[in-house]
Amino acid sequence: MAQITFIDLNKDSITLEADSGSLMELAVQNNIEGIDGDCGGVCSCATCHVHVAESDMAKVGEASEIEQDMLELDDNANEFSRLCCQIQVSEDLDGVTLTVAGE
Amino acid sequence: MGKSEIPDPFKHKRETTGLGHFNDQNDPVTMVLGLKDVRKCAHNWKTFQSGGEEVGRIVVPSEVAIRETRQIPFEVDPPEHKGYRDLLDPWFKRPLEPAYQEKIKAIIIGVIDEVIAKDSVEVVEEFSLKLQSRALTVLLNIPYEESEVWINWGKHVFRSEESDLDGEKAAILYDYIDTQLDKAAVNPGEDLYSVLLNSEVHGKKMSKEEAKGVMILTFAGGRDTIINAVTNSIAYFAEHPESLERLRNEPEITNNAVEELIRYFSPLTHMGRVATEDTQVCEHALEANSRISLCWASANRDERVFETPNEVVLDRKVNPHVAFGFGTHNCMGATHARQIMNILIGCLTEKVSSMSILSQEDNIEDWQEFQRKVGYDSLHVKFIGK
Repeated sequence: MAQITFIDLNKDSITLEADSGSLMELAVQNNIEGIDGDCGGVCSCATCHVHVAESDMAKVGEASEIEQDMLELDDNANEFSRLCCQIQVSEDLDGVTLTVAGE
Repeated sequence: MGKSEIPDPFKHKRETTGLGHFNDQNDPVTMVLGLKDVRKCAHNWKTFQSGGEEVGRIVVPSEVAIRETRQIPFEVDPPEHKGYRDLLDPWFKRPLEPAYQEKIKAIIIGVIDEVIAKDSVEVVEEFSLKLQSRALTVLLNIPYEESEVWINWGKHVFRSEESDLDGEKAAILYDYIDTQLDKAAVNPGEDLYSVLLNSEVHGKKMSKEEAKGVMILTFAGGRDTIINAVTNSIAYFAEHPESLERLRNEPEITNNAVEELIRYFSPLTHMGRVATEDTQVCEHALEANSRISLCWASANRDERVFETPNEVVLDRKVNPHVAFGFGTHNCMGATHARQIMNILIGCLTEKVSSMSILSQEDNIEDWQEFQRKVGYDSLHVKFIGK
């Protein structure tokens, strides 16, 4: 079981628990404002963009090349950007904080 | 070639110059073929615009000669684009609601029940067109019976047997939308026409011309594309019964399968843009006011990104396709289309044991340098129920 905190578009902090699936699925199931996951998690739509807290970057890991190519064209992307459909829930992620990337 | 195969005619050009050239009614189009180049151009709406003065010019073949109404938000760029898109997005996200999905499911079960009883079904007219038309009543929130009118228009709203662009046929749609908007103005209801006419955008009431632009886009953008996606799916599952069987046993991969089929089919081959300045693509100089097209179909077979791009891998996990476009102008109807495909697969696994192709005529688009199969002019299939 991992505890994951999302900070949504309204700056509200929501902490959720999960033990499987992707972080996008977790966010969509819990109606996190700003995470749409239109493509269902195949890295095609970039509607699940989050900024990982700097101190959590090592836990979450870097984006793959395909994911980086998607993020490169997102105006809100920075060095902490990830598409959270590409992050699988695991115990290693316990305590991670993700901020939904704004418009 | 397999009966349901959709070949990739762009490979050689994509791997060499990265570009194709299509002379469209003496207004040439430079076709951009690689995935990264397509995405970059789609992202760069300032240099490659959709909202230029000449309405219809970003469509390929160009509709400049047959249309005066600007399609909205498709032919509007930021910042005006955002006002329209913010207004329309919630309506076009309704397919995420369970009640909406139930209605689509009832429609799809209805068309499947109709075809299972027959010895031979012409899928384009008797299955896909009916399914698409009836599902559109749900998107517009109007009575189911209205779909009969659209089914009677036949397969093509802009195309006739003789020509890819037929102004007289297009006028049937434009006149129809005018009439529906006039009716909604007098008797407003809960339908999309009324919602548009009663909405405010950019601080003032939406005009009838603006509402017409939204409705033309909704009808035109969601017709051939959905018909092709549905027909091609039937052909694919008829030729690959093991795939239907796999989805019966592993329904959890349905979302991956939908995205993969849409990548493989790429129901819209390409869409144009107009350069606002002298620029270049793939080291090829482009003059201001010249046209490019973003070739979604080619980009979706880019071997630099997709492993085994010409195979349908039902559970493909990373699938950064651009079948619904990319960036500012990505497909507004994608949520509706994805639900239709998702529910179609579920209903086929539930109700159909197998399908067999009896005969077919492929619909091959002629882009001069490239001949691309996009779907079927006709597809005769026998459906066997469970």
